[in-house]
Parts: sequence; C-alpha cells; structure tokens
Amino acid sequence: MGFRSLRVFQARALTAQTAETDAIRFLVGTQSLKFDNQIHIIDFDDENNMINKSVLLHDAGEMWHISGSPADKAVLTTCYSKTSESRVLTCAAVWRMPPEWESGSHESPDDSSNNPQTLELLCHLDNTTHGSVACVLWEPLGDGKRVISLAENHVLLWDLQESSTKATISSTATLEGKGQLKFTAGKWSPHHNSTQLATANDTAIRGWDLRSMSQIYCIENAHGQLVRDLDFNPNKQYYLASCGDDCKVKFWDVRHINEPVKCLEEHSHWVWSVRYNHSHDQLLLTGSSDSRVILSNMVSISSEPFGHLVDDDDLSDNEESQQEDKGKEPLQDSIIATYEEHEDSVYAVEWSAADPWLFASLSYDGRLVINRVPRALKYHILL
Amino acid sequence: MISATTPPDSDPTGRRRVHSMLKLYYGLNEEGKVVEQAESLDPCDINGPHFDPEVYLNKLRKECSLGELMDHESCTVKQIRSLDSDMQTLVYENYNKFISATDTIRKMKNDFKKMEDEMDCLSANMAAITEFSAHISGTLQDQHAQITKLSGVHTLLRKLQFLFELPARLNKCLELQAYAQAVSAHRRARCVLQQYSHMPSFRGIQDDCHVIMEQLAHQLRQKFRDGGSSAKDLSECVELLLQLDEPAEELCDKFLSHAQSRLEADLQGLEAELKDSPVTDTDILEFIDRGCNEFVSNLCLVIASYQELFINQMANGKLHVFVDTLAARYFSLVERRIQEEKGVGDNSLLVRALDRFHRRLQAISKLLPGSAVPSQGTEIVVRAARERIKQYLSALQTFYHDSLTDVRQALAAPRGATSKDATPSLTELLTSLSNFILNQLKSVLASVHLFTAKDITFSNKPYFKGEFCSQGVREGLVVSFIKLICQSSRQYCESAGDRGGSTPPALLLLLSRLCLDYETSTISYILTLTDEQFLVQHHTPVTPVTALCAEAREAAQKLLNHYVKVQGLIISQMLRKSVETRDWVNTIEPRNVRAVMKRVVEDTTSIDVQVGLLYEEGVRKAHSSDSSKRTFSVYSSSRQQIRYAPSYTPSAPMDTSLLSNIHKLFSERIDIFSPVEFNKVSVLTGIIKISLKTFLECVRLRTFGRYGLQQIQVDCHYLQMYLWRFVSDENLVHFLLDEIVGSAAHRCLDPSPMEQSVIEVICERG
Repeated sequence: MGFRSLRVFQARALTAQTAETDAIRFLVGTQSLKFDNQIHIIDFDDENNMINKSVLLHDAGEMWHISGSPADKAVLTTCYSKTSESRVLTCAAVWRMPPEWESGSHESPDDSSNNPQTLELLCHLDNTTHGSVACVLWEPLGDGKRVISLAENHVLLWDLQESSTKATISSTATLEGKGQLKFTAGKWSPHHNSTQLATANDTAIRGWDLRSMSQIYCIENAHGQLVRDLDFNPNKQYYLASCGDDCKVKFWDVRHINEPVKCLEEHSHWVWSVRYNHSHDQLLLTGSSDSRVILSNMVSISSEPFGHLVDDDDLSDNEESQQEDKGKEPLQDSIIATYEEHEDSVYAVEWSAADPWLFASLSYDGRLVINRVPRALKYHILL
Repeated sequence: MISATTPPDSDPTGRRRVHSMLKLYYGLNEEGKVVEQAESLDPCDINGPHFDPEVYLNKLRKECSLGELMDHESCTVKQIRSLDSDMQTLVYENYNKFISATDTIRKMKNDFKKMEDEMDCLSANMAAITEFSAHISGTLQDQHAQITKLSGVHTLLRKLQFLFELPARLNKCLELQAYAQAVSAHRRARCVLQQYSHMPSFRGIQDDCHVIMEQLAHQLRQKFRDGGSSAKDLSECVELLLQLDEPAEELCDKFLSHAQSRLEADLQGLEAELKDSPVTDTDILEFIDRGCNEFVSNLCLVIASYQELFINQMANGKLHVFVDTLAARYFSLVERRIQEEKGVGDNSLLVRALDRFHRRLQAISKLLPGSAVPSQGTEIVVRAARERIKQYLSALQTFYHDSLTDVRQALAAPRGATSKDATPSLTELLTSLSNFILNQLKSVLASVHLFTAKDITFSNKPYFKGEFCSQGVREGLVVSFIKLICQSSRQYCESAGDRGGSTPPALLLLLSRLCLDYETSTISYILTLTDEQFLVQHHTPVTPVTALCAEAREAAQKLLNHYVKVQGLIISQMLRKSVETRDWVNTIEPRNVRAVMKRVVEDTTSIDVQVGLLYEEGVRKAHSSDSSKRTFSVYSSSRQQIRYAPSYTPSAPMDTSLLSNIHKLFSERIDIFSPVEFNKVSVLTGIIKISLKTFLECVRLRTFGRYGLQQIQVDCHYLQMYLWRFVSDENLVHFLLDEIVGSAAHRCLDPSPMEQSVIEVICERG
C-alpha cells in the first residue's frame, strides 16, 4: 500500500475522471479567493508508483465541487463561487479540458513559471434565478447529455446539446417547506434506468423520481445533525449510505425508511464524504473532519454477504469439501484500515474509476493521499 | 493305789485338784479333749500312765538316801490317805445321783401308759366321723345335679328371651336411632341365629332381625348418602355399616365420594370468594385461613377416619389419589389467589399466609406419610416467592422510573422561573434520588427477608436457604436492579442521540454521577448488605461485584460522554447558526463582541457550575502566568500571515507545508468527540472542543469581507479571554482559535486584520 501526497492549494473538490478507464486519474479543484484557481490532474502510475501532476487554469473562481463526465473524459463540471458586487454566488459550468493538456506540462508543483493552459468553457448552467449551486451530478453511465444541479432548494435537470455547448433546463422540482431549505448534497441513482435521485437537506434525505420530478420518499431525521453526503450502493438498488455531522455513517434500505439497516460510528467528528467502491460494494470509504479516512468492509449488507463462493485466502491448506461450508458463514463487518496521513479535515474521498483497489482522499490543507486496499483483503475478495 | 503314790501338792484346792485329776484319768483335759501325748512316757512318773512301780522303786533305792527314802515314804503314805478319802467322797456323790435317776425313770414309765390310752380313743372317734361324712354326701348327690341343670336352663332361657326380644329391641333402637346399640345387639345374636336357623322359630326371629337390620342398614346408607351429616357422623355410619358386612370397597368409594362432595363444597366456597370479591375485600391471610380451616382440616379429618376405618382392608392408593386430586384443586385455587396478590406494599401478610398454608399441610404429611401434597405445597410457596421477587423487581423498576420522572420535573420546573434556582438543587436531587433508591431497595430487601425468617416453617427448606438467597434475591433482585439502572441509563444516551436532546442534559449529568457513585461504593455496599442479611452461600456462580461495577462505570462514562455531546451540540448549534446566517462579506466594522459569543461564554459558565456541583475539579496543565492576556495578534495576524501568506503565492508552497508540518508536530491530533474523564475540567474541555471545532468548520464554508474577518478576530479573542480557564490544556483553545482565525483569514476577500490593541479594547468593553 503506497501513498503519495502532493501539496496543492486549499481544496475540497475532488473527483475521479469517470470516463477514463485506463489511467488512474483524479481531478482536484483548488479553493483560493485571491489567486487563480487551478484544476490539478493527478495521474498515478501504478507500476512505477509515481505521481504526475498537470495543472489547468480555472479562472472563474474557487471550486466547491467538481465532477467528471461519464462519457467524455475531457468534459467536466465545476461549482465555483463568484463574487460580484459584494455578493458571493456559487455558479456551475461545463468545461472541456484542452486536448493538448497532456503534452502541456508534467511540471513539478512548484514550477509555475510556464503558464498553465486554461479550461475551455462549454456552457454555464445558468442559475441566476435559482441561487447558489451545491453540486452538479452527471447521469450515471449516461451519454454525458444530462446533468442535474442542486441549487438552494431546487432540483434542475439540464439537457446538454450541441456537444455540450448549450444547456437547457428540461425539468425542475422545488422543495417546499418552512424556513430556508437548502440542498447540501445529492446523488443520482445508477439503478432504475437512472430515473431516481436522492438529495440531502438539513437532517433529511429525500428521494425523487426524475420522470415526474416528484418526491418518492423522505427519511426525516436521517441523522441527528446535518447530512453531509450520500452514495448509492452500485449493486443493490435500494441501498444507500449517508453520513453527517453526528459522526455517523448510516445505511438505508429506502423501502424501509424508519430504521437504518446499519449504523457506523467510528469517526470522532463530522463525516463529510462517503463512497461505495464501484465494483465491490462491501468496501466503503469515509472521510471526516477528524482528519481520518476509514475504509470499512460492510460484508453483511453488501451484495455478496457470503463472500464469493470460492473464497478465503487460507483455502489453500484446507480440503475442498470445507469450501462450501465456509462460504455460507456470513462474514463479519469490520474496519479494514484507518488512514491518518491527513493533518486537516478531509472533505472528499473518491475511488479511482480505473482501478477498483485504489482511492484518493483530499484534506483542506491541499494534501491528496492515494491509498490501496490492503492486498490481503483484495485477494480475499477476489479469490 | 495310784493316787496313794501321788503326793498331794496342796490342801486348800484339794477338791478342784481332785476333779482335774479325775479328768486326767479319764483322758479329759481342761477343754474336754482327750490328751494323750502330753503324758510322759517316763515310767518313773507316778502320775503317768506308764508308771512302773518296780522301776520307780529301784530308782528311788538307787538314788536316795535312807532319810530321803523315809521322807518319801511318809509323803507317799500321806498322799495315799488323801486319795482314799477323795475316792470315798466321789463314790458317795455318784450313788446319790444314781438314785435320783432311777426315780425319774420310774415316773416316766407311768405317764406313757396314760397317753397310750388317750390315743386309742382318738382314733376311734375319727373313724366314726368318716363314716358319717360319707353318709351325708351320699344323700346330697341327687339334689346337686338337679340344681346345676336348673341353672343351665336358666341361662339358656335368658338367651332365648334375648333372642325373642331382639326384633323388638332392634325396632326400638331403630326408632331411637341408636344404631350402634342395634348393631352390637344384632352382632351378638347373629351367630346363634345362624346356627339354629333350621328351626322354624329361630328362623322367624332371624328373618325378622334380618328385615330390621336391612332397614337399619338402609337407614344408615340413607344417612350416609345425605351428606348433611358431619364427618364424624359419617365415619360412625361407615363403621356400623362395615360391621354389618357391607362390602368395604364399595363403602370406601362411597365414603370417599361423600367426603369429596363435602370438600368440593369447601373448595367451591373458596372459589366463589375468589371470583366474587375483588382482591380488596378479603386479604390473602383470611383466604388462606378459610382454606386451612375448612378444606385442609376437613381433609385431615377424612384422612384420619379413612385410615381408621379402611386401613386394614384397603390399600392407601385410593386415598392418595383422592387426596392428590383434591389437593391439586385446592392448590390451583391458592395459586390463583396468590397471583392476584400484586400489591407489594406489605409482604408480611403474604408471608404469614404462606407460612400458615405451609404449616397446615404438614399435618397431612404426618397423617399420610407418602403423600406428595406437602412437597407440592412447598413448591407453591417457592413459586410464590419467585413471583414475589419478580414483582418487587418490577416495582423497583417502576419506582426508579417514577423518581427519575420526579427528578426531571424538578429539573424542568425551576428552569422556567430562574436558571439560578435550578443549579443548586442538583446535588440535593442527586442525594435524594440516591437515598430514595437505596431506601426503597432496603425496604424491599427487608420485605423479602421475611421469607427467610426463623419462625417461618418453610424457611429451612433447601430452596429458601440456598437458591432463594443467591439466585433469587441477590441475582434476581439486587443484581438485576443494578443492571437495570445501568441499562436504562444507557438507553438515555441512545434514544436521545438521534432525535436530539429529549433528555435534559442535567439529568444525564446527574445519572452519570449516580452510576459513578454506584461504581465506587453503592454497589458493593448493597451487595454486602444483601449477603449479610441473607447469608448467601454461593453454590451457584453469581455476578461478581467487579463486573457490576464495570458495568456501572461504563454507563457513567457513556452518560457523561453523551452529556458532553449534547451540551457541545447546543453550543455548536448557536455558533453554527450565527456563522451561517450572517452575510460576512457585507458586514460592518466590528464595534462589539457578538451577542452569541457572550451567550456561549455564559452557557459554558453555567455548565461549569452545573458540572462542578457533581464532579471534582480535575487536573489541568499549568497555566502560563498571563493566560488571559495572551496576545492574540501574534498568531492571528503576524503568525497567520507567515503560515498562510505563502500559500497565496504559488511560488513557495513548500514553505507552507513545512511550517504547517512543524506546527502539527507540536500539537497532537485532537479527537473531538472523545471519551472524557470523570472530572469537571475534562467535561468542559470536551464541550469547548466540540463547539470550537464546529465554529471552525462553519467558518471554512463561508466567505468573509474585511470586517467579517475582523469580527471573527474580535469574537475569537473574546472566547480566548474567557474559555481558557475551563479547559485542562489552554493550548488546545489557542490552537483551535488559531485555526478559526486562520481559516477566516484564508476565506477572506480582503484580509486586513484588526490591530490587536483595538481588539482588546473592544473585548474589554464587553
């Protein structure tokens, strides 16, 4: 298990390059009010255990959220804040990386003398009427033509046309209620033909049907405090994980919303980010402002609660007959590892799109750490 | 001649000497014995029997002179003369005696002759008497035989008369209902009648008797069947019927069935009482009393009379079955009644009732040694005791929850009036709650202890000596209760966790202290008390004190952690709202510390007071001499500039990381929601940590204008001034406030910090 850290600016926006399936690549958006913000493209060379960084200029403003298109690896969206007339507004836009970025510079981080290339703006997700954008979600496994933006208490579904240079709102939904409601996070479900969306506002989690743009379920008081993030189980369509300010990670079956299926309480401060592994849904990654990243093995509620039919690393010394018996024993949920390399709050964690055993975590001080799932566990799951 | 030759020794004692000499002669010594050896064989001894005159003379002649011979001769002559005279006297005396003897003999001869005649006369008379006697007896012989015969006839006649009168007598007896008399009369006659039944007259009597007896038996059976008669009458009836040769088995069955019907009536009475009156009407003691007096005593009576009547004929099996079935019904009634005894106020009544119940059953065991009834009774008592313990446990539980509710109300009520009133009573609430619980537990123990009192019959049963004390009271009651306290305490943490402070934080604090007190002293005290009171002998494994203490400590820890969390969240919420709702870009130049900060300090102070009431101060690291005066500007502006400024210039990011790393090297990682210790400082540290971390995270999500940053500086300085005193390590506060101001500076569009002196002036102004 190697880890590489590299210092960028203060940052809280991190995404894997979703459409890239060969190279292990993460995108980090910086957060600086004074200087030009950048998108750092982090390439991890698995064979040589090397990290390469490329920088693209993002001069629109500091980034709060970043998300890569699932169809075109050069296309991405960012949510950035813009200050105009003493007013701070978070906007969203679709960008294209210049085709020559790779040839551009493999410079060292401190080498800023040669000017980095600039992102090419494709279109704004114009939100002047709807307020600050919390995040932009691409349609999972889609063709990169549809995105959702969560702005204040609105859900906006956009169609990107003409090679994403034009964005039109195809439908909207608004969360009504007392007080100032504001979405904090959201996730587009990869199941049900991508017709469902889950959002978080305050302590509640809501599910939406995108065809009718109406609420389909609502988990009130899902967390004792604010819900910070959520993620869908990639293999089990009704399962989702959520995390929040009560230091807990909860697992929900949205058909039975009265009680969480499971609850983890391992962090000692707010949990900001939760991510299922894209292929092995027992692996769960959480990042917290206690500066820790925790990798958990939630076998009991995964799609493979009994492990693979042929499993176990100690099988080699066992008789063939014992294999099946072993396979039927439900495995224990456990914490695989706690990563303490960060020294500031970790706001984002992300699995690599190319290598399911690799993940990155980003702390506020700009440190990005890339870790691998422990080899023993990897073989345990695979074999 | 002999005497003549023997010279006399002296004269005055002449007679006496003569006697002795005679005696000597006849061979008699003084004692009347013949002495021969004493005489010398010397032939020269003139008095010896072997005296030889020749030898003597020769000797004299040879030895003596003439003179001497002359003397000797004259002496001898003298002796001879005296001897002669002696002899003469003796002869004369003897002659006189002969004469008188002869006279006597003659007289005797005459007397005997007379007596012979009288004897002859007597024998003649006797012969005559014998003759007469024989004659008389011969004459009386005939009359005697006649008299004997007559007396025989007389008795026979009397018997016959009895027989003939029998039917009438029986009838009369029947009329008078003197059944016993009738039966005994009939019994006396029965054999005779049986024997002479071939004779028509006797036959008639027998038949009559038979009819009457049938009637009698019928009447008896009737009476028997009526059932109205008492058990004593009944047994008398049965006895008579038995004597009348009624079949024993049938009687036995009937007897039992009658007894059963009567006993069932008793049972029904009991059942009716059970059904009609709700528990309040009669207490359990009355009920058991009634059961004992009616059912059990009747049952004993039945057993006793059964054994008296049938025991020879019948096996005891039937009786056992009978007793068992009835007792089972009785037991079920008693059990139902016991189950209705739910009020836990006065245990003595129940114990006394059970004792009586148990005691009375011992009578059955004496009467019917093999019966299972007493042991079943004991089982019921045991079950009742078990049930009782459960009831007490639930009563304790209810009591505990009630007193918690009271505490809750006490905590809630004064808060409405003034917040100052609420806090001082916290200690009192704790002591009163703790005392309430302890007293209640003690009184329950005292109540339960009644079960094992010496004067209670069942207290020496093995269950009450062993299992009841250890498994029942110690484990089932005391340990369960303590566990329950811990468990319910833990529930307060869990249930309140998600839905947000439904439990007042003060209650959490109070419970935590309660659990801690339990851990340190109360548990061991209670268990020692129990062990002493019940002399618990641990045959079975029991929960050790240490395990309970550990559980209590865990609960206390959890409660305190939760308290910290809840209080921290309350303050966090205030801070968060204050950061989130403000427009930090367009704020005006700070003139004051924001009200929310004052509120935070106030709340922290009141929490400090609250915790201080229940927990000790705790250890804090040494303060620097001027903690409150620590110049904030050093790091808020200049050092922050050093730390953050390079990050604005992409040319020197290495410095940032280096400086930051150095900084982190000297500060340990801070766990925000971490377990706290059982002291005030640790609790306050926990709460402040949570609050400031929230502040930090919220600040990082905002964008600040110049005055926004300055406001944060002012606020942080204010917090710095007041919060350091609460925490164990003031550096922690400094560090977190550092981070807040640093983050605000970083998030600032126009970071121009305020002068330290101005900040101080603003803060001191209030």
